[in-house]
Amino acid sequence: MSVLLEASELNMHFKGLKAVNNFNAQIEKGSICGLIGTNGAGKTTVINMLSGVLVPTSGKIIFDGKNITGVRPDKIAKMGITRTYQNLRLFKKMTVLENVIIGAQMHDKLDPLGIVGNTIPHKRREAELKDKSMEMLKVMGIEKYADHISGSLPYGSQRKLEIARVLAADPKLLLLDEPAAGMNPQESAELTEIIRGIRDRYGLTILLIEHDMKVVMGLCEYIYCMAFGEIISEGLPEAVRNDPKVIEAYLGRGAVHAEN
Amino acid sequence: MRTTTFKDCNILRLLVFVILPLCAIVYGASHPSGYYAGLINLAGIYIILVASLNLVNGFSGMFSMGHAAFMAIGAYISAFFTLTPAQKMASTPGLPEWLINANLPFVVALIIGGACAVVVALIIGYPVLRFKGHYLSIVTLGLIVIVRAVLDNEGEYTNGARGITGLPPKSNTVVIFIIMAIVLYFLFRLIRSQYGRGLIAMRDDDVAAQTLGINLASKKLSAFCISAFITGMAGGLFGHMQSVISGKFYYFDLSFRVVQTSIIGGMFSLSGAVPGGIIMAYLPEVLAPLETGVKLFGHQLPEMYGASNLIMAIILILIIIFRRQGLMGEHEFIVESMFSKDTYTSLFKKEEYLNIGRAFRDLFTGKWRKSKKALPEDIDNTPPVV
Ligand SMILES: Nc1ncnc2c1ncn2[C@@H]1O[C@H](COP(=O)(O)OP(=O)(O)OP(=O)(O)O)[C@@H](O)[C@H]1O
Ligand SMILES: [Mg+2]
Repeated sequence: MSVLLEASELNMHFKGLKAVNNFNAQIEKGSICGLIGTNGAGKTTVINMLSGVLVPTSGKIIFDGKNITGVRPDKIAKMGITRTYQNLRLFKKMTVLENVIIGAQMHDKLDPLGIVGNTIPHKRREAELKDKSMEMLKVMGIEKYADHISGSLPYGSQRKLEIARVLAADPKLLLLDEPAAGMNPQESAELTEIIRGIRDRYGLTILLIEHDMKVVMGLCEYIYCMAFGEIISEGLPEAVRNDPKVIEAYLGRGAVHAEN
Repeated sequence: MRTTTFKDCNILRLLVFVILPLCAIVYGASHPSGYYAGLINLAGIYIILVASLNLVNGFSGMFSMGHAAFMAIGAYISAFFTLTPAQKMASTPGLPEWLINANLPFVVALIIGGACAVVVALIIGYPVLRFKGHYLSIVTLGLIVIVRAVLDNEGEYTNGARGITGLPPKSNTVVIFIIMAIVLYFLFRLIRSQYGRGLIAMRDDDVAAQTLGINLASKKLSAFCISAFITGMAGGLFGHMQSVISGKFYYFDLSFRVVQTSIIGGMFSLSGAVPGGIIMAYLPEVLAPLETGVKLFGHQLPEMYGASNLIMAIILILIIIFRRQGLMGEHEFIVESMFSKDTYTSLFKKEEYLNIGRAFRDLFTGKWRKSKKALPEDIDNTPPVV
C-alpha cells in the first residue's frame, strides 16, 4: 500500500502556546486512521493544518506526492482533501439539498454562457448535480430532509449532512472531526457502519477524530493518540488502548499504577 | 390536499409583475416629460441600483456603503461620450482632444461608464477583499469622499462643483426598463446558478465554503465588480435623466438612500429591489407637501423642513425592528414570475383559472393557515452538552 498523506515535523504555535508540537504521521491509502486524545490535545488543530485552514508554523505536509504546506484551503479541497467540523459549519439558510450541491459542484469550471443563457448543457449539469446530491443524502440516510432548511435539522442529521456535503465533492482523503459527537449509542453504531460503507464504496481514505471509543475501535486500523500537542502513542488499536502512556493521559498517573 | 395560495396563481403573477409594469412603461413612454413618467423612471433606476447592491450586501455578505461613487463615475464617463463637442469645450476643456470629439450611442456610453466603475472597483477591492471583516464598508465610504473631492477640484475635466449641465435627455422609460429587465434577468440567472450558490455559501459560512473549494477572494471581487458595473450604468441613466450632474448629487445622501432602499425591500432578495425601488421613488413625493405645510382634515399644518427624511428614517427603523429581512425576506417570486415560462403560458391553461378560484376558497376557509411545513419527524434539536 502506498502512503497518501505524510505529515512531517508539523508545529503549530499560537504565540506561546504549542498547540501541536512535532507531529509526524503517515496515512496509508484506503485506510481509516484514528486521531484520539484528551480535550485540547491539538487534534482539531492538526485537521486545520491538513485542510489548509491554518498554516503550520513549521513542518511539511505531502499529499499524493505534492507538497501542500501553506496552500490555500480551496486549492487543497480541489486536490482531494475535504473535512467536516467539530462545531458544525452548515450553510444554515440553504436547504439540505443545496448544501450538498455546493460540495458536488466543487470541481465544476465556471460556465458564464451556460449561466446567462440557461443552455441545455447547463440545465443537464444542474440536474446531474441534483441527482448526485440526492444520492449522497441517501447514502447518509437523510434524503427525507432534502427540502428542509439545514439549520432546522435534528443535531445528529446535521452531522450526517456535513459528511454528505463533503462526500459529494469526490474527495480522496476525508477528515472527520468528531462525527459522532452528540449522537446516542444507537446512532453512533449506525454511523460507524455508514463510514465503513462509504470507505469501501468510494475507495476513500479517512482520518477520524473521535472521543467515542466504540466508534474508534470499531473503525480504525491505525491510531494516533495525542496529549498536550504531542503524539504520545501510535499503532494498532489494541496496542494503543493498552499503552500505559495513553491510560495515564486519560485517567491520570494513579490509574496506571492501580491497574498494575 | 395542498392548499392553494395566491402565489400559486400564475395568471395573477402575470398581471401584477408583467402586465402592470408594461402599462407603466407604455404610460411613461407616451408621456415622456410628464410628472409621473419621471417617477416611473426614477423607480426603474432605483430597482437597477438596489438589485446590484443586493448582490454585494445581501448575497455575498460584504457591505458596501459607497455605491454612489460608482454611480458618479458612470454618470460622468458616460456624459463625456454623449455631450456635444461644443458643450465639452465649454465645461470640460481639459479633456483630451479625442474625447472632446467623441460621440457614441447612449448604450455604448453607459457600458463604458460601467467599465470605468469596474476599474475603480478592482483597484479598491483587490487589496481590501482579501481580508475578512468589514473593511469594505469603511473603504467604500472613503471612496465617496475621494470621488467627490476629485469631481469638485478637477475643474478642467469636470467643471468643478458647478457640475455639468445640458446632458441629452436620453434616459427615457423604454431604455431604463429594457436595461432593468436585462439586469434583473442576468442577476436572477446568476444567483440561481453554481456561481450564486457559491456566493450564498460564502455568506453563510466562509470557512466551510473555502474548504469546499470556493476561492473567497475571487468570489468577492467578481461579485463586487459585477455590482459596480451595473451601478455605473445606472449612474449614467440617472445623470441623463436629470440632465445635470454634479459631485454633490452622488454623495452620502444618495449612497445611504440606496442602502436604505435595499434594507426596506429586503437585501437578501433580488425581488426586494422592486418594492424597495417603488417605495423610495414615490414616498418622498407623497411626503414632500409636509415640508412646506399642508392642509390635513381642515387643519393647516406648519412647515416642517426635513419631515420626509424623518419619516423615511422612522420607516427604516420600524423595518429593522419588526422585519429585519425587509419586505421580501428571501423570497424571489417577483423576479421568478417575470422570467418563468409558466407565467406566460398560464393565460392558455384552464387549470390556471381554476387555481384562482381555489386560492380564494382557501383564503376564506382559512386552510392556508395550517399549511406550515413540519419536519417529517418530531425533532430533538437541542445540541448536546459537551
Ligand atoms: N486559532 C487558535 N488560536 C489560539 N489558540 C488556539 C487556536 N486553535 C486552537 N487553539 C488552542 O490549541 C489547543 C488545541 O486545540 P484543539 O482544538 O486542536 O484541541 P482538540 O484536541 O481538538 O480538543 P477537543 O477534543 O476539545 O476538540 C487548545 O488549547 C486551544 O485553545
Ligand atoms: Mg477538537
